[in-house]
Amino acid sequence: MAGKVNRIGLEPITYKGSKTTLCAGCGHNAISERIIDAFYEMGVDPQRVVKLSGIGCSSKSPAYFLGTSHGFNAVHGRMPSVGTGAMLANKNLIAIGVSGDGDTGAIGIGQFVHLMRRNLPIIYIIEDNGCYGLTKGQFSPTADLGSKLKTGVVNDLPPIDTCALAIELGATFVARSFSGDKKQLLAILKAALAHRGTVMLDVISPCVTFNDHEGSTKSYAYVKDHDDPLEEVSFVPFFEDISVDYEPGTMQEVTMHDGSKLLLKKLEEGYDATDKIGAMKRLHETARRGEFATGIIYIEPDRDDFLEQLNVVDEPLATLPLDQVRPGPEALEEIMESLR
Amino acid sequence: MPPSDVAVQQQQSTSGKQRVVNDFSIQVATVNGSGSQTANIVLLRSLLLMGIPASGKNMFPSNIAGLPTWYTIRASKRGYIARKKEVDFLVAMNPETAKEDVLTLDPGAAVVYDEPLKLKELRDDLVFYPVPFDKLVAPVCPDAKLRRLVRNMIYDGILAKLLGIDLALMEKALNKQLGKKAKAVALNAGALKAGWDYAEANLTKQDPYALQPMNETVGKVLIEGNAAAAIGCMMAGVTVVAWYPITPSSSLCESLIGYMKKYRMDKKTGKATFAIVQAEDEIASLGMVIGASWAGARSMTATAGPGISLMSEFTGLAYYAETPAVIFDVQRVGPSTGLPTRTAQGDLLSTAFLSHGDTKHLMLFPTSVEEAYEMAIESFDLAEQFQTPVFVMMDLDLGMNNWMSSGFKYPTKPINRGKLLTAEKLKELGQWGRYKDVEGDGIPYRTIPGDGMPSYFTRGSGHNAKAQYSERPDDYVDNMDRLSRKFDTARKFVPKPEVDKVNGAKIGIIAFGTTHWAITESRDQLREETDVKTSYYRLRGYPFNDSLTEFIDQHERVYIVEQNRDAQLRQLMKLELSPERQAKLRSVLHYSGLPIDARSVTDDILSQEGFEVAKKEVRVVEAGLGGMTGGE
Repeated sequence: MAGKVNRIGLEPITYKGSKTTLCAGCGHNAISERIIDAFYEMGVDPQRVVKLSGIGCSSKSPAYFLGTSHGFNAVHGRMPSVGTGAMLANKNLIAIGVSGDGDTGAIGIGQFVHLMRRNLPIIYIIEDNGCYGLTKGQFSPTADLGSKLKTGVVNDLPPIDTCALAIELGATFVARSFSGDKKQLLAILKAALAHRGTVMLDVISPCVTFNDHEGSTKSYAYVKDHDDPLEEVSFVPFFEDISVDYEPGTMQEVTMHDGSKLLLKKLEEGYDATDKIGAMKRLHETARRGEFATGIIYIEPDRDDFLEQLNVVDEPLATLPLDQVRPGPEALEEIMESLR
Repeated sequence: MPPSDVAVQQQQSTSGKQRVVNDFSIQVATVNGSGSQTANIVLLRSLLLMGIPASGKNMFPSNIAGLPTWYTIRASKRGYIARKKEVDFLVAMNPETAKEDVLTLDPGAAVVYDEPLKLKELRDDLVFYPVPFDKLVAPVCPDAKLRRLVRNMIYDGILAKLLGIDLALMEKALNKQLGKKAKAVALNAGALKAGWDYAEANLTKQDPYALQPMNETVGKVLIEGNAAAAIGCMMAGVTVVAWYPITPSSSLCESLIGYMKKYRMDKKTGKATFAIVQAEDEIASLGMVIGASWAGARSMTATAGPGISLMSEFTGLAYYAETPAVIFDVQRVGPSTGLPTRTAQGDLLSTAFLSHGDTKHLMLFPTSVEEAYEMAIESFDLAEQFQTPVFVMMDLDLGMNNWMSSGFKYPTKPINRGKLLTAEKLKELGQWGRYKDVEGDGIPYRTIPGDGMPSYFTRGSGHNAKAQYSERPDDYVDNMDRLSRKFDTARKFVPKPEVDKVNGAKIGIIAFGTTHWAITESRDQLREETDVKTSYYRLRGYPFNDSLTEFIDQHERVYIVEQNRDAQLRQLMKLELSPERQAKLRSVLHYSGLPIDARSVTDDILSQEGFEVAKKEVRVVEAGLGGMTGGE
C-alpha cells in the first residue's frame, strides 16, 4: 500500500529531521513541526532548500526538520550574511533561516537590519522567548519592560519589537505568531513559501525551562492571555483549486507572487495588512496594552527582491560554465591595450 | 641644515660636469585634493613613453582635501623600481611643507618652487628654479575656479623643459590620462605649454639631472596592483563579491565592478553573471563569501587590517566547516586605525592564525602587479582545492601605486573546482562522508546545495567525518589531525619560492611582497659597493615548503627583510625551524609607513655584517614626512 505523499510525490518522513535535543515542551519544537507540515503541504523539494541558523537554542532547530536538505549552522548573529551569500550563489534555492531573539536582537541586530533592507528571498524566523536559553536564562533584547527572571531580576530596558523594526526597514512580509497557535502559524508559513522577498516571522516561543513562570511576559500562560490576532489567516496555494466565498468587506485577499491567495479574515474594522503606517500604529498600540498583535502584520507582495535588483542571470551563478565566467583573450588584450 | 662651503663646492663640481641621466628621483609636494595626481601620472607616463623604466609612489594623507601629499617618481635606467631614499629633484608646491621639504634635501638637489614661497633663501647648496605659478595659470585658464587644478600641470611643462622630455610626447601622455575629456585636455595642454615656455625663456639649466630616451618599456602597461588583482578575479571566474569600503583595498572591488560590468554581462540577456554586494561591514562581507562558496560560487572579498581583525570569527568557521573563501588583505600600517594611507607588511602573524582555537591559513604573497593578477586567479583554485580561506597578502604600495609591467598572460589552466562529489565518485566510494579523508591528503569531498548529491549539515561546532554533531574526543582529534594533514598537503601547492642561489654566497636574504624591489637593488649595491655576495629566496606562499630549510642550510647567515616591527615572517618561520637553523636568522625591519628602500636594507645588512656604514643624519622625511601631522 502506497503511503501518503504530497504533490511532488514525497512522503511526510522526507521532511522530518533528527530527534530534537531541546527541552520537552520547548516552543521551538512546535515551530519545527509546523515547518515540516508547511513544506510538506506546499510540496517544496527539500533538495532545493537551505536551512540556516545562528547560535542558540533556536539555531539548533534546523537539525530537527527537513533532514534531507542542506543546513548551515553559522556563527552567532551572522546567519543573514551567510544566507545572503547562499542565495546570491544560487537563486533557485529556497532559504529558511532560524534565529533567536538574542541571535537577532543583540549580537545580530546589525546583520538583521541590513537583511531587512535588501529584501533577499528568505524566510527569517525568530524563535522568540525573551531570554538566552543555552546560557541559562539571561534576558534578551526582546524581553518586555517589567518582565521578571526566575531569579527575580526585573527587566528595565525597553524591548526591541522586531516586527516594527522589520517593517520600518523595508521587509515585505512581516508576521508574528505563537508557537502554540498551530493553525495560524501553519497558514503564515505556507504563505511565506509563496512570497518572493524577505519574510520576517517572529514566533513567540516560550522557554519552558527559564522563562515560563509567573511574572514573565513570554510564558505560555501570559502569551495565551495576551494574544491579539489581527485577522484569521488562511492560505490557498496556487495548486489547489478552491474558491472561498465571503461577505464583501470581511476579508482581505492578497495575491502572492506564485499566484497563491492569502486570505485575511478581518477580526476588526479597518485593519489593512498592506498599509505600512497603519501596521506600525497598530503594533505600538498593542504593545502599549501589553499584548501581542499576531497574524500577517504587513505584506507587500510585488516589490523586486534583492536578486532582481542585482539583475543576475537566471541560471545559478554557482554553476555557470567557464565560458560564461571567464572573458576571452580579446577582453584581456583590450584591457592591456587601454593600460599602455 | 646650515649650508656649508664643502657642500657648495661639491655641488659646483658635480653640476654641469657629471650629468645624471635616467637615474634620479623627482618628488612633488602638493596639497591633496588639488588635482596633482593627474599631473604626476602624466609625468610618469611621459617617462615610460620615452622608454625609461620608471615607478611612481604616492604618499598621501588619510584625508580628502587640504593636507600635504607627496608623489615620488623614480627614473632608473637599471630598472630599479623601489622607492629611492634620496630626493634628487623637488617640486615644492605646498606652502605648509615647503621649508621642511627643502631643508631635508641632500646637497646638489634641484628645486622647482612656487616663487612666492621664497625658498631660495633657505640654502645655497641646492639648485633653485622659482616659477610664478599663479601668474602663469591665469592666462591659460580663464575660469578662476579651475585654476587650482590646472596649476599643477604647469610644473610638468617646466620639468619637461628642464629634464628633456619632448613636449609632444607629454601631450600624448596627457591625452592618455584624460582620454575623451577634450575640454580638460585642451586646458591642461595649455598649462603644459605655458610651463615649457616659461622655462625656456626664464630658467637656465644648472642641475645635472637629465632624461634620455631608452628602449626598455615597449609593450609595458601601467597599472595599480588593486586593478591587476581585480582583473585576475574576473578571469578566475569569480561570481559573488562582497566588500566593505576600506583604504587601501577599496579600489580593488571598485575596479572589479568596472571590469565586470564591461566584460561579464551575459550577451543574450544583458544580465550579470555575477553579484557584487557592498555589505554593511567586513564581518557580513566574509559571511556572504562563505555562504556563497558553501553554495558553490567562486566568491571573494577584499579588505585591510581592521577588516581582517573583524573577520576573525568567520575565518575560523570557514577553516573548520571547510568552505572556500578568497580574501585580499591590502595591508596598511596598524595597529588599530594606524596609518590608513601608509604601507606595511604587518598582518602576517595575525592572518596566519586568524581566529580562536587551532587554526592556520594559506597565504599568497604577490610582489608585482603581474603576480597580483596571477595569484588572484590561483587563489580561487587553491580555496576550492583545499576548501579553506586563502589570503592574498598585498600591501598599499602594491595595491594603490602605479607599476610598470609586461602585459598579463591569459590563463591557460582550466578552473580547478576541487573535490566536488559526482555521481560516479559516489558510486566508487560507496559511502560518502563530508569530512572523510578518502585519499590521505586530508581533503574530503564536498557537495553543494542543489547539486542533487547527498546533503549534509554544516556547522562550526564539533563534528565527525559524516558531518554529524559530535563532542567525542576521538572524533575531535581525528578531524583536527586531518585538517593539519590538509595544511601539509597545501605546502606542495601554494606558489613556490623564487630562489636565486649564488655560488660562494655565505649570506642569504629572504623577503616577500613589495620588499622584493628593494632587495634586487640592495643585492646589487652589496655586490658592487662591498663585494658581498648574496643568495635570495623570495617567498611566495604559506605554508612553507622544504626549500626553506634547504636555503637556510646553504648559508651561514640569513637575513629576513620585512616591513613590520616585530619580524613577523621570522617568527612564523621559527615555529617550524630547528634551533640550529633559527640561530642563523637575522632581521632587517622597516616600518615607517613609507615603502622600503634599497639603501636602508644595504646599510642595515652591512652594519650587521660588521662593516662601517656612513651614518647619515636622520632626516625628517624619513622620520615621517614632516608636515604630516594633525587632521584626520
